[in-house]
Amino acid sequence: MDAVFRALADASRRELLDRLRAENGQTLSDLCTRLDMTRQAVSKHLAILEEANLVATVRRGREKLHYLNPVPIHEIGERWIGKFERSRLQALSDMKKILEARDE
Amino acid sequence: MSKPKFVYVTYIRATPEKVWEALTKADLTEKYWFGYRVSAEGKPGDYMTAVSPAGRQAHHDPILESDPPRRLVYAWKPLYKDIPQEPPSRVIFELEPAKGQTRLIVTHDEFDEGSKIFEMISKGWPAVLSSLKSFIETGRGLEPSWTEEESKRAVQA
Repeated sequence: MDAVFRALADASRRELLDRLRAENGQTLSDLCTRLDMTRQAVSKHLAILEEANLVATVRRGREKLHYLNPVPIHEIGERWIGKFERSRLQALSDMKKILEARDE
Repeated sequence: MSKPKFVYVTYIRATPEKVWEALTKADLTEKYWFGYRVSAEGKPGDYMTAVSPAGRQAHHDPILESDPPRRLVYAWKPLYKDIPQEPPSRVIFELEPAKGQTRLIVTHDEFDEGSKIFEMISKGWPAVLSSLKSFIETGRGLEPSWTEEESKRAVQA
């Protein structure tokens, strides 16, 4: 779990996860084209994310595809969010989204 | 070959044999797969079946590959009411021993272009896999964490 928090503690790495959430299964080149980071930096961040099991990779021919792996984050949620809190938190989160959208 | 839609990985403190048992025996899945009895003990050509907590059949899908305790592949076509009619997709379980643990990789692919089912189930696997890990390591699965709409669907299935 330490590795997960360490990996998430960096804004660039969270951005990479956001990109994968928007489009799963991207190659290193796909990820580099839309980011303001060097290829080496992206590659290093991906290695840290993979080490923390937040990114899973699949080889397809010569390509290496990267997938967001939400299982460790799910486990963290399960550890601190109880069964009965979940629906109340969902309601609060929905309300926040609706109210913030209205302000825009 | 289409790109997989999901690839999930979890590390479980148990042997691949034990994880395999938990994935294929209905008496075990019932304890962590949120009440579903999922049986996938057969050979290729046999069927994976899943029965919802309400006793309704949720799956009756061909087993495509079975190489215990390393690799299990079955087709995936939910039989819930009100679910869009789509050709079956495919689920692959790979179990690798890793430093006294099992690395379990679940790949879900071969969805139809523009699949609706894909969107509906995207929250399901992380919940099932976290619960499986908890069940094997502590003897207890997790409470269902899906939304009310999803549980309603499970009951009506």
